Amino acid sequence: MPSSDGPRLLEATGLRRAYGRRQVLRDIDLTVAAGEAVAVAGPNGAGKTTLLRVLAGLARPDRGEVRLEGQPLRRDSPEIRRAVGLVSHQTLLYDDLTLHENLTFAARLYGLPTPAAAARSALDEAGLGARADESPRRLSRGLAQRAAIARALLHRPRVLLLDEPFTALDAAASERLRDELRARREQGLGIVLVTHQLGEAWAVATRIAVIVEGRWACDETLAGSLEGFLPRYQELIGA
Amino acid sequence: MPEWLRLALVIAGKDVRAELRSRTAILSAVVFAALVLVVFNFARDPTALAAVDLAPSVLWVTFALAAMLALNRAFTVEKENAALDGLLLAPVPREALFAGKLLANLAFVGTVEAVTLPLFVLFFNVDLGTALPGIIGVTALATVGFVTVGTIFSAMAVRTRFAELMLPVLLLPFMVPPLIGAVQVTARLLAGRPLSEMMGWLRLLALYDLVFVILCSLVFTAVVDE
Repeated sequence: MPSSDGPRLLEATGLRRAYGRRQVLRDIDLTVAAGEAVAVAGPNGAGKTTLLRVLAGLARPDRGEVRLEGQPLRRDSPEIRRAVGLVSHQTLLYDDLTLHENLTFAARLYGLPTPAAAARSALDEAGLGARADESPRRLSRGLAQRAAIARALLHRPRVLLLDEPFTALDAAASERLRDELRARREQGLGIVLVTHQLGEAWAVATRIAVIVEGRWACDETLAGSLEGFLPRYQELIGA
Repeated sequence: MPEWLRLALVIAGKDVRAELRSRTAILSAVVFAALVLVVFNFARDPTALAAVDLAPSVLWVTFALAAMLALNRAFTVEKENAALDGLLLAPVPREALFAGKLLANLAFVGTVEAVTLPLFVLFFNVDLGTALPGIIGVTALATVGFVTVGTIFSAMAVRTRFAELMLPVLLLPFMVPPLIGAVQVTARLLAGRPLSEMMGWLRLLALYDLVFVILCSLVFTAVVDE
């Protein structure tokens, strides 16, 4: 399995997970090193979101293990979860709190020394400083997504897991997110990016992994053009 | 302050702040409690049954039903935008999460009870007199028990399609022991009976609290984790 020379941040070995009789993940191995961004693509129902939830520790694998910075990700070791940030399909924000209150609450959960200042700074970085006192329910989908990303990056995680982060973002917001992810990756962040938009993957990732029916159909370092990969991708997913 | 307690207070503080902003649960629970008292007040025949005989049962049925509304919100707020995932991702021990939710629920139900008690005195013309400290004490003791169990069932029910229906179905059977104890103690307090007559019931309530606080803290992890 390809991996950059940086220290290994995330290692998953032999992950299996079933929902009822349906096997969603089948012996999945994944290694993400510092400064590496892995784009995970695949058809609907291939197991991408389940994989991300298992990597985040939100779902337990039936078999296999996830290690973050060499430590096993277990329910009884909450400190290790500090290494992970997640941007999921939903914002993880409370509609009855303002954006600033939401991020301050998250900062307190992570034990940041000055929670209110950290929240303000994260909102400013996300370009949401002027809307800090608004409820997430008043934001457009794109702005809410930016708030969700600010929340995920607030505690400076070493591994960032993103599930379709470009969904609903306009061109400017997508460009901004691409730049942000590239910059964070270059600073040593490990990224797992689940996406259907291969163009975005090509702009951010260093590796592409395709999952089909819970198994890796390919996992390789990005080389060549997206146009060159597309026919092979279609073949891999059986389209 | 221990880290788990700090985290529990952070989580409880967030719930209280969100509730103060929306006022949905407390307001609806207080209005509901007032309506239950009105219904009981007009439904009874004063020539057949003295208010003081019915009062303990009415008080606790009102508390229990109003508490159910307040408890329903405990995890429905976490369902919005999958906020619960945010809590589960954070370096927060599940026991601290449970304690935070429990503290917030105790604050909500305690507030509803504090508003309901004067309404109960008004509607049922009950002279609490010297019984008031005892009533407050037994209310605290019984409330800790059923709110602890309610917090767990609220976390379970929110994963089902009909959370609002599931919570009463799951919780009411577990509410029976503390309600029986609380009604018995309240009746004796209103009748001016000595403390020695209530000790058995008070021990039962204390034991219920102890058992379920420990048990619920232990099983909470299994309830919230996938």
